[in-house]
Amino acid sequence: MTLLKSREAILALAIMALLVLIASRFPAFVAPANLARVFTDTSPLILLALGQMAVILTKCIDLSVAANLALCGMVAALMNGAGVPLPLILLTVIALGAALGAFNGVLVWALGIPSIVVTLGTMTIYRGSIFLMTDGAWVNAHQMSAGFKAFPRQVILGLPVMAWIAVLAVALVALLMTRTPLGRAFLAVGGNPHAAVYTGISVGRTQFAAFVLSGALAGLTGYLWVARYAVAYVDIASGFELDVVAACVIGGIAIAGGSGSVAGAVLGALFLGIIKNALPVVGISPFWQMAISGAAILLAIAFNAMSRREPGRIILKRAEVRT
Amino acid sequence: MSILRKALTTAAIASVLMAGAAQAETTRIALVVKALGIGFFEAAKKGAEEAAAELGDVEIIYTGPTDTTAEGQIEVLNSLIAQRVDAIAVSANDTDALAPTLKRAMDRGITVISWDSGVAPEGREMHLNPSSAPLIGNMIIKLAADNLPEGGDVAVLSATTTSTNQNTWIEEMNKVAGDYPNVNVVATVYGDDLADKSYREAQGLMQSHPDLKAIIAPTSVGIVAAAQAVTDAGKIGEVNVTGLGLPSEMAGHVKSGASKSFAIWNPIDLGYSATMIAYHLAKDEATAEPGATIPIGRMGEITLDENNEAAMADPFVYDSSNIDEFSSIF
Repeated sequence: MTLLKSREAILALAIMALLVLIASRFPAFVAPANLARVFTDTSPLILLALGQMAVILTKCIDLSVAANLALCGMVAALMNGAGVPLPLILLTVIALGAALGAFNGVLVWALGIPSIVVTLGTMTIYRGSIFLMTDGAWVNAHQMSAGFKAFPRQVILGLPVMAWIAVLAVALVALLMTRTPLGRAFLAVGGNPHAAVYTGISVGRTQFAAFVLSGALAGLTGYLWVARYAVAYVDIASGFELDVVAACVIGGIAIAGGSGSVAGAVLGALFLGIIKNALPVVGISPFWQMAISGAAILLAIAFNAMSRREPGRIILKRAEVRT
Repeated sequence: MSILRKALTTAAIASVLMAGAAQAETTRIALVVKALGIGFFEAAKKGAEEAAAELGDVEIIYTGPTDTTAEGQIEVLNSLIAQRVDAIAVSANDTDALAPTLKRAMDRGITVISWDSGVAPEGREMHLNPSSAPLIGNMIIKLAADNLPEGGDVAVLSATTTSTNQNTWIEEMNKVAGDYPNVNVVATVYGDDLADKSYREAQGLMQSHPDLKAIIAPTSVGIVAAAQAVTDAGKIGEVNVTGLGLPSEMAGHVKSGASKSFAIWNPIDLGYSATMIAYHLAKDEATAEPGATIPIGRMGEITLDENNEAAMADPFVYDSSNIDEFSSIF
C-alpha cells in the first residue's frame, strides 16, 4: 500500500500498462533488444530532463535547453571538421553548455529577471548564433569523421555508449540530489525560498547552479545528438524543450518547485520516449498521433495530480459519505 | 558596404560597356541570381556559358547582389537596364518587389524571364520552373522502381501532414503508381522535417514492414535521417532510401550505399535552359504566350501553360557516378 502511494511507483505501473497495451498490437516492441533501442533513443530526453528537473525544483524553467543542445552540437560538428580529437570536443561542449547555462543563471540571479523570459530570449539567441556560425549551411554525414559518429553507437555490455552515458548521468545526479548540500538546496529553495534564506542558502546562487547543470547536460547531449543523427543544422531538436518540460511534469516534478525526484524525471522521460517510439509501429494514423500523444500526457498528469491530493480533503470526503 | 557595392557595380558596368562596344553584334543575356557566391547559382552560370558556347553569338553577364535581398537585386537590374542588355533572366528574391523594375526593362525592349524563383506575371514574359509536381511525383516512385527489378514493398516518409509541396508530390505519385505494378506503396508516415522524428519513423517502418525494400523521402531532412536509420539498422542493401535531397547532404549516404540514387533539379541544366529561352525570345524566334513551345537545345523543348509558366524537365538523378561532381556545388 505504501508502495502504491509513491508517485514514482504509480508512474512505473502506468509505463508497464503502456508496454502491455503496445505489446498487444505489436509484440516485437517488448523484445529486450527493442527495449534497449527505445532506451537509447530516449537517452537525450533523459539527460535533458535531469537538468530541467534541477531547474524546475528551484522554481525556474529552462526553455533554452534545446537551443543550447543545437548550438553545442554544431560546435562539436565544426570542431570535428577542423580535426580536433574527440575527448577535447567532449570537454569543450560540456564547458560551452555549462557557460550558456551560466549565462541564463546570471541573468536570473543577478538581475532577477523571471527565468521564463530569460530563457525565451537566450533560446532565440543561441539558435541565432548557429546561423551566424554557419550561414545556415548543414554539416553532413560525410563531413564527420568515422570516430565522431561511432562513439555513441559503440556497444558495451549490450547497450550503446549513449545509453550508458544516460545511466551514468542518472546515477551522478541522484547522488547529487540525495547526498550533497547542493541537492538539498535545490529542494529547499523551491520548497520555501524564505526559509531557505534563513538557513543560509542563497536562492540566486542555487538557481544559478541548477542552470549550469542543465546547460552542461544540454551541451553533452548536443554532441550525442549530432553524432547519432549524423547531421547538424540550425533547426535540430527544434521544439525539444517542450518534450523535456513535459517529461518533468509527467514525472511528478512540481512546476511550482520544491518537489520531485530523479526517478520521477527518468520515468517521465521514459514514458514519453516509449510513446514516441511506439506510435510509428502500432499502426495508428499519423493524423491521430499528436492527439494521442497529448492525451497520454494529460492522462499521466491527471493521475499525478490525483495522487497528490491533500489528505485533509480525503478525510472530508469520507465524512461526507458517512453522513 | 553599400559604397563598396556601388563601386563594384560601377566597375562591372564599365568593363561590360567596354566589352559591349567591342562586340556590338552579340546578344547580351544577363543571368541575375539571388546572391553571388552560392554554389547552386555558380552551377547555373556554368550551364548558361555552355548554352552561350553552343549558340555562338551570345555573351553571358552573370551578376547578382552580394546578399539575398530584393533591394540589392533592383540595384543590379537598374544597372543592367542602363547597359541596355538584350535579355534578363532572373531568379527573384521577392515575387512582387522586382516587378516594377522588370516592367520598366520590358518597356525598353529588354526580354525578361524568371527562372527557379519566379516573379509576378506582370514583371516577366515567362517563368521557367525546374520541374513540375507531376514530373516529381513520377520521378520519386520511378527511382524506387528502377532499383527494384523484382518489385516489393515501399513506404513514403514525408515532412509534415500539412506540407503543401510534399502532399502534392505524393498525390501525383499515387496517380501514376499504377504504371509501376511491381511496386507496392504500403505506408505514408510523417517525420515533421525533424531529424529525430524522421529517424524514428524510418525505424518504425522497417520494424512494422519487415519486407520493406525502399523508403521514398521527398524532403531533404527526411531522406538524410532515413538513410542514417537504415545504416544504423544494418540494412544497407536491403532497404534503399531515395527521394529528393541535396547532393552535398547525401554524398556520404550514396557512398555508403544506403541510398542508391535520389533526385533534385540540376542547376547546370536550369542555367542552360534559361539562357536558351532568353536567347530565342530576344531574337524574336519565339514568343511567350500560353500554349507556345520554345526549343531549349539539348534539353528538348518547353510548352508554356496559361500563366506563361513552363516546367523544364524531370528532376535530375544523382547516384554514385556523379555525386562527387555535384556535392561540391550544392
